[in-house]
Amino acid sequence: MTAAPEHAPKMAEVTFRDRIAPHMPVLLVPLIAIAGFIAIQNPSSWLTLTVSGLAMGMMIFIMASGLTLVFGLMDVINFGHGAFVSVGAFVGISVLMLLGHMTEAPSLMLNLGAILLAVIGAMLATGLMGWAFEKVIVEPVYGHHLKQILVTMGGLIVVEQLIIVLWGPEEIYILRPEALKGAITFAGAAIEKYRLVAVGVGLVVFLAMRWVLRRTKIGLIVRAGVENGEMVQALGYRLRLVFVGVFIAGSALAGLGGVMWGLYQEVITAHMGNHAMILIFIVVIIGGLGSVEGCFIGALLVGLLQNYIAFIEPKAALISNIALMVAILMWRPMGMIPVVKAK
Amino acid sequence: MSDAILKLEGVYTNIAQYHILQGVDLEVPRGAVTMLLGRNGVGKTTTLRTVIGHWRAHQGRILFDGEDITKMPTPAIARMGLGFVPEDMGIFADLTVEENMVLAAASGPINSARLDWIFAAFPPLKTFWKSDAGTLSGGQKQMLSIARAMVEERKLYLIDEPTKGLAPAIISTMARALKDLKDQGASVLLVEQNFAVAKALGDSANVMDDGRMIWSGEMQELATDAALQERLMGLSLEAH
Ligand SMILES: Nc1ncnc2c1ncn2[C@@H]1O[C@H](COP(=O)(O)OP(=O)(O)OP(=O)(O)O)[C@@H](O)[C@H]1O
Ligand SMILES: [Mg+2]
Repeated sequence: MTAAPEHAPKMAEVTFRDRIAPHMPVLLVPLIAIAGFIAIQNPSSWLTLTVSGLAMGMMIFIMASGLTLVFGLMDVINFGHGAFVSVGAFVGISVLMLLGHMTEAPSLMLNLGAILLAVIGAMLATGLMGWAFEKVIVEPVYGHHLKQILVTMGGLIVVEQLIIVLWGPEEIYILRPEALKGAITFAGAAIEKYRLVAVGVGLVVFLAMRWVLRRTKIGLIVRAGVENGEMVQALGYRLRLVFVGVFIAGSALAGLGGVMWGLYQEVITAHMGNHAMILIFIVVIIGGLGSVEGCFIGALLVGLLQNYIAFIEPKAALISNIALMVAILMWRPMGMIPVVKAK
Repeated sequence: MSDAILKLEGVYTNIAQYHILQGVDLEVPRGAVTMLLGRNGVGKTTTLRTVIGHWRAHQGRILFDGEDITKMPTPAIARMGLGFVPEDMGIFADLTVEENMVLAAASGPINSARLDWIFAAFPPLKTFWKSDAGTLSGGQKQMLSIARAMVEERKLYLIDEPTKGLAPAIISTMARALKDLKDQGASVLLVEQNFAVAKALGDSANVMDDGRMIWSGEMQELATDAALQERLMGLSLEAH
């Protein structure tokens, strides 16, 4: 027997770059904020824009989070996701209008109560609609991407027309509840109250989703299913049921996002969901298809960048998100937090 | 023979346009280790995948514990008590070792006595209990894959090449764990190319070629007959 050659492994130097790489996506958010600070040079404008960017990002995240899981779990591309945003906005705003006595009263409790009822109504409606949408439109086209794109786009058009039938073709202007009108002044910067609420709600939704995905068995099944659905079934779990549940939850969240977006813009139209889809897709793609964390970070980046650029160079605002997507995909072609796929 | 835990009768399976299984007959007795052998690409993995329902037999019948599971959905088959260790191990890399095991214990919390047994058989799983499964070595992933099947008592274990690509030291760890399982009276259908392991564990053997079963008998008989091995598998298993 010949002796094996001396095996003397050299401990590889863990470079700063290697150590920081896994955290890069999260660090991008403060990096962009710092870059914005340097470019804007006016601390109070910067603060206003940052809060507004975070609020926008949170709302995009709420609208997009369901879509990324739906894609990750069943490889389903749903171009109709925006329909839930629109329906959520219309149902939610209708509820708010019915509750005029609560929204016009100068009481924060009554105002928030009205919004809560509107949100519950919107989420119930879009959750139910998601269940029907999955059964009627998505299930028949499992495994066929082209058909999914065509059929779900068709579904979106049908829903938009139904909204027009039910609510009329005009856009609807809305007033925010009394207590959420106006701004507060902080460190010389005017910050709209509603944006602070949006940031709070977004954070709560994100943390709740993370908790479910990490701490509950159903969350484990979803995460495992995103990686390897076949094996999840071989362990005895009915992936199809889990998927329907995720689809419904994702639709309800899109509905919540729709109400929030409507109150943010103070106007709703049947096509608002379709318009939001562009941002939603950008966020889902740069985050890494199937990754909730990636989606969250991506949404914050898009929100911040859009607000900074609109202030610095309004003409560039339109392309800033596309530029961000291109840059991130050149850096990480599978998105910031790529999901390991078994196949 | 009524005491078969699993029975395949004339099973045909197509993958895309290819006819992969062409009338597989197989009987797996209770409380024994049944080997499924054959050259590369003859349909061993396809047979296991057809049993669990990842592929569908378009002709023939599969009986598991007396029930016809040919058309049953995969989760229902699994819940009847089938532990599956796929050829690619099917590890959830983004989940921790613990989370992989929690998921595998589909009917409730992990039984602590069983967990102790698993830790004794595969110590690295205890060490890396809280680590992401994706960071495990190949051998440790294989341990996890087998441990997932063992975490609950199953009526039948389907195990596809548990020693594939592993170093000798780890192969003996695997073999010892499987021997443990066998000594507990488990029913196992095992695909294994490592002859020493096959000989040590197998009670009976079934040899496939070209999508069919070409020989069934005692493992002992096959192990001692080099000419038979040559004829069935194109080479003497001793050569491995
Ligand atoms: N997904 C697939 N698509 C097409 N053909 C496949 C697929 N999976 C397996 N096959 C073919 O089916 C045949 C049987 O494959 P199978 O994996 O069952 O063989 P095996 O006996 O397990 O081989 P090995 O010992 O190499 O694991 C092979 O010819 C293989 O090429
Ligand atoms: Mg194989």
